Amino acid sequence: MHINNPKFNNMKKSFRQMKTTNLKFFTVLLGTAFLMFSCDNNDDPAPVDEEEVITTMNVTLTATGATTVSLASQDLDGDGPDAPVVTVSGSLAPNTTYAGSIELLNETETPAEDITAEVAEEDSEHQFFFDVSGALTETAYSDEDGDGNPLGLSFALTTGDAGSGTIQITLRHEPKKPNDGTLADAGGETDIAQSFSVTVE
Amino acid sequence: MRFLYVIVLTILFGNYLAGQDCTSILLGEVVDFHDNTPLENATVLVSGKKLTATTDSAGKFSFKSLCDGILELEISHPECKSQFVTLTIEGDTYHKISLEHHLEELDEVKVVGDKSKNTTSNQEEGLSLKDVEQNSGKSLGDALRRITGVSSLNTGANIVKPVIQGLNGSRVLVLNNNVRMQDMEWGQEHAPNIDINSNQNISVIKGAGALEYGGDAIGGVIVLDPLPIARVDSLFGKTQLNLSSNGRGGSITTTLIKSYDSGLYVKVQGTLKRLGDLEAPNYLLTNTGIKENSFSLNFGKRDFLQGWEAYYSFFDSNIGILRASHIGNIDDLITAINSQQPGIINPFSRDIIRPNQEVTHHLAKFNYYRRFKGFGKLDLQYDFQNNSRFEYDVRVGDDANKPSLDLSLSTHTLSAILKLDSNEKFEGKFGALARYQDNFANPDTGVRRLIPDYDKYDFGFFGIGEYQLRSDIKIDAGVRYDFTRIDAKKFYRTSRWEERNYDNDFGNLIVEDLGTQLLVNPVFDYHNVAAMAGLQYDLKNDHYLRFNYAFAQRAPNPSELFSDGLHHSAARIELGDLRIKSEVSSKVSASLERNASNWGFTIAPYINSIKDFILLEPSGVEFTIRGAFPVWSYRQADAQLLGVDVSTYSNWSRHFRSDHQLSWVRGTDTSSDTALINIPATNINNSITYSNEKWNNVTISLESQYVFEQQRFPSNISVFSPQQQEEVILAINTPPEAYHVLAIDIDTRFSLRKNDDLGVGLRVTNLLNSAYRDYLNRQRYFVDDLGRNISIRLIYAY
Repeated sequence: MHINNPKFNNMKKSFRQMKTTNLKFFTVLLGTAFLMFSCDNNDDPAPVDEEEVITTMNVTLTATGATTVSLASQDLDGDGPDAPVVTVSGSLAPNTTYAGSIELLNETETPAEDITAEVAEEDSEHQFFFDVSGALTETAYSDEDGDGNPLGLSFALTTGDAGSGTIQITLRHEPKKPNDGTLADAGGETDIAQSFSVTVE
Repeated sequence: MRFLYVIVLTILFGNYLAGQDCTSILLGEVVDFHDNTPLENATVLVSGKKLTATTDSAGKFSFKSLCDGILELEISHPECKSQFVTLTIEGDTYHKISLEHHLEELDEVKVVGDKSKNTTSNQEEGLSLKDVEQNSGKSLGDALRRITGVSSLNTGANIVKPVIQGLNGSRVLVLNNNVRMQDMEWGQEHAPNIDINSNQNISVIKGAGALEYGGDAIGGVIVLDPLPIARVDSLFGKTQLNLSSNGRGGSITTTLIKSYDSGLYVKVQGTLKRLGDLEAPNYLLTNTGIKENSFSLNFGKRDFLQGWEAYYSFFDSNIGILRASHIGNIDDLITAINSQQPGIINPFSRDIIRPNQEVTHHLAKFNYYRRFKGFGKLDLQYDFQNNSRFEYDVRVGDDANKPSLDLSLSTHTLSAILKLDSNEKFEGKFGALARYQDNFANPDTGVRRLIPDYDKYDFGFFGIGEYQLRSDIKIDAGVRYDFTRIDAKKFYRTSRWEERNYDNDFGNLIVEDLGTQLLVNPVFDYHNVAAMAGLQYDLKNDHYLRFNYAFAQRAPNPSELFSDGLHHSAARIELGDLRIKSEVSSKVSASLERNASNWGFTIAPYINSIKDFILLEPSGVEFTIRGAFPVWSYRQADAQLLGVDVSTYSNWSRHFRSDHQLSWVRGTDTSSDTALINIPATNINNSITYSNEKWNNVTISLESQYVFEQQRFPSNISVFSPQQQEEVILAINTPPEAYHVLAIDIDTRFSLRKNDDLGVGLRVTNLLNSAYRDYLNRQRYFVDDLGRNISIRLIYAY
């Protein structure tokens, strides 16, 4: 079919002009277009290595003449939807001072990685904070870092009369040291914040 | 220059022509380039002779008793650019001359006051150059708030996301020199990566009616174009210095333009901005400084028949995020909300510490156009963008200098638009687009990816037409189709995958099972249609009526689909949903306007019904060994936005003018008949301006802004506080009280070497240093908004 519309002919003429003057440009443009739709990277992304993950905290409370009690918090999916599994093995004896020790694990790896040693090594960059209420009366630090500031991997917990109580254990990374013992003053990054409900009887 | 050329020709040919046998007739016809219609009243002048003629109603003219030989004609028309034509007379000669009738299309005429609009029936409003200069040291979002119906969603004072008639984020397109910005607009704390000083011709189209720019602009389109460059031989420039007391810094921006008579031009522009910690009335806002550098280069040749432009722009910013807003867990958030005081206040500093975000945006485009006589114009464009974003949290040990988020987004776009304008009454535009986008999330952060790696493909087609139905009625209509494919590779925690019940619906997407996590490959296709129709009715006596209906669909963005993880700087877990589908908006808007010199008004009501509206809101709490975190989830609901924008002005006398604006919007989740989150509160702006040309063009304005308390908001959530060992109400949605702030602006012009070449301005915002918080500021939980700021601007044009 031959179109003899003057408008169309004009357009054809203009196209022809355009072709000669801009052939190079169009080649480049088409080349780019080809490149951009043909570069297909089928490589699978690498999983992210999450660093310094702490999944588990085991707290052992011992006192002479009393049953050893362990408090545990295990959160295998980190920031995932599953809440940490918190277990308390038994009840504490009243008016007793327990010696407490803390163990930290990364159980996403097999065998589980012991983070306790790492914290002990970088003791000046870490500190545990203890907050008690109810039938738990006080806590005290039983260890200190290289600078003589409290650390908290070992501590003492004193119970009061029978009843129920809570202990909140917080681990801060790079807190201000020394601090006034409050979380607000210490700052830093929270690695662990877990509270345990216990019974004293 | 041109004048000289005429003289030379006259000298060369004048004598030669005189001695000939002169009986030839030249019959000429002058027509409009676009549609070949005859142009009446064009003046035709024969160079070197005192011969002139005027075209008749058929566009014809004639000269008798001409000598054979070469002749130069100058043809001019009141609405056209003068043209010179050299032709040879050999006996009786006929010559047809096409004149460019649409001067505005050459972008050479600057219409002052009444700006030309990008659309016909849409609600559209622009910023004046003066508005842009006043906000030169601020962000785009700050400047746009001057437009009725435009507010902003802020994260502090430096991250300002424009909100158009209640909608933000991916629903608002930003067109930077005709390139649609691809800069991760999905995040609430991601502001447009644009320097307001680079393209200063700025307007906002409210709603999805501008189909040419995209089919998914359910909120609207922000169009930033360069100011027109005249086709003359010249070198000129402008430098503006802004100094602010609040933040103890400022910015400097310079533009230099070299243009040629031939249509060639080169424009270089750069901005540097440095601000230290900002201040609220009662305390310093630690770590709210900003460092921003931007640079752009345009060069090209703009001729009537064809032209091209190459554009490159670079934008780099390092923005501090309020230190006190970096919280550990939900107890910290409860403490922050209850204390009403920031937890951390350090002495003033210009250093930006953690948390902060560093964003770099490269944009390159090449554009070519050609006009076809009696037919139209073809526009071809290729653009490339790269957006890289690093978000740093307060991290410790070896990770202290590692970003928590490291994304790199690259986009290539090819587009072609054909404009048919040969018919006086009808103008049509047809276009096609192809886009490829690649997102890379760097795993070296040591933090699980919030947004996964993905490839995205878009193809779109549109056709829009505008028809002059009667001398007073113009109608427009259009339709657009967009195809989007998103192909992502994402790791899910197995527990999350199961909690979301994806194992039932998307089990076939799993590529690899790594035990505790799964690698999945979702490939989703979206077919979206948009359509619009509207009219503009000239009611005479400066009154106009506009009516517009726009139907639009928007595919979910990667954040809405894939977000999954703890956003440390916000201490919240954000969850997307793979099941999210396109949202569908139907918007009816109308406006009645009066634009007269003495007074005028605009009343613009609208109703936007959105089916499957995608929203992000707090939905609960998740517990981890590090404490409890609020969860913000994306969900879909049917929604309705009902609103009205009203503005009026009055020139009381030659010196006094007042302006008044009101915007009101009500957002409802119609599925549950509850209020939508983050809907701007009603606000009223009033200003009174005194101006006097005799006193160095001084203008003094007093501006008042009253923002009501948002009464409609979703209910707060109840959370278990481990610290308090009980359920408490987390007042995460409660809006702050109403507030009123005043500002004063003084602007003067001085003439040093040229007329009005030096501008000096003073602006004081929050004049009374009032303490207030704004509902649409994400840092309202932690601190008051900005206190008084005194800023000075110096503008020198050369």
